[in-house]
Amino acid sequence: MDSQGEPTMERAQQIEYLLRLADSPLVLAHRLSQWCGHGPVLEEDLALANISLDLLGQARLLYQHAAALAGGDASEDRYAYFRDVPEFGNFTMLELPNSGVASAGAGDPDYAFTIVRNAMYAAWQVELWQRLTDSSDAQLAAIAAKSLKEARYHLEHAADWMIRFGDGTDESHARAQRALDSLVPYASEWFVPDALDAEACAAGVGIDCAAIRSPWLERMHTIAGEATLRWPGDSEFCSTGKLGRHSEHLGYLLTEMQSVARAHPDAAW
Amino acid sequence: MTARLAAIRELVGRIPDPEIPVVTLADLGILRDVIDEDGAPAVLLTPTYNGCPATEAIAAQVREALDAAGFADARVRTVLSPAWTTDWIGEDARRKLREYGIAPPACMAGAAASAADRAAQAGAGVPMIAPMLRQPQPACPRCGSADVESISRWGSTPCKAHYRCLACREPFDYFKPY
Repeated sequence: MDSQGEPTMERAQQIEYLLRLADSPLVLAHRLSQWCGHGPVLEEDLALANISLDLLGQARLLYQHAAALAGGDASEDRYAYFRDVPEFGNFTMLELPNSGVASAGAGDPDYAFTIVRNAMYAAWQVELWQRLTDSSDAQLAAIAAKSLKEARYHLEHAADWMIRFGDGTDESHARAQRALDSLVPYASEWFVPDALDAEACAAGVGIDCAAIRSPWLERMHTIAGEATLRWPGDSEFCSTGKLGRHSEHLGYLLTEMQSVARAHPDAAW
Repeated sequence: MTARLAAIRELVGRIPDPEIPVVTLADLGILRDVIDEDGAPAVLLTPTYNGCPATEAIAAQVREALDAAGFADARVRTVLSPAWTTDWIGEDARRKLREYGIAPPACMAGAAASAADRAAQAGAGVPMIAPMLRQPQPACPRCGSADVESISRWGSTPCKAHYRCLACREPFDYFKPY
């Protein structure tokens, strides 16, 4: 079922916008799945596996919608498994390894880093999905209404832990602060529209991504304040993941995630 | 056609949920409708959670039941809107859940069940702090005590949280309001 309504932007552009929306939850879902069996306690192992499943489900619905618009041999699997790094439009923050920014992919996974990243992204998703429930793309609006409920729950989970870490021991506070300091610069690109964002917004398909910065910041400041964490100052840095220019980490992530599908390209699952 | 649609509704409606077999697809509100679509019956299903692994199992079960009952021409379609909510779980199903040992979900409509919803209803900029502390607590499905504690936000399936009753000391699943 795809009630797309009247096309309000070029179809190719609309598909690209949907893929960009889908790539972020897919990539974070993969990062979170890497905690499976390695969570600090069983309850958190379950939590991250389920959050990962929710995000994967969101990505699938968006890919399926894009594939329905594209027609031909387009499919969710083709989008997830047979595109390469420059074709992915996920935010750079979400591809960073669980061990943190400075680790260069080596070292132990850091739960504070995962929690702070999840809190920031879930808070962003709450703003995103809330607004997309009014999208002129009816199927996207339906996906948004479902995903909003999940994002709120993810935010509750991550915010509670962020507060517990920040307002916890010296060690947990220091690690949460380090995570926040290293992650905040990567949020800049979330709020800087490019031509595709502007077009999607003008067509009523997408959101005004600059406009959600203020409610997002207010929510994050409140959580950080409660967690006794200091919000880092502004930085000049702006990552470019949504434009397809990624950190070194996405290539390794995709290689792992896509290896089975690429080894058996005609397999039916 | 009307009789066929009613027969299909009855057939599909009583298929048990694969994860919680005491309740049916009709009980849970997963079966949205059975309609006449260009002369062929169409079964409309709605997914619960986006990532729920049972969604595909449910669609396969429905397909199998339709084929076995001679409704091979019936289509099975997924509809996303309106988004599934636990408010669609009726009183009878709530009783069945309780008897099975699962605390039924609190109502989402009217009194928003989670602090995040209350914040969302009050306006976008409303801060949200430690909301779990303010969530309504389920009653123990075994002894009825309201003296319970949350153990894990996720339980044996994505739709359930894990609780412990502090009166009878039994752990139990809570079907989360959604």
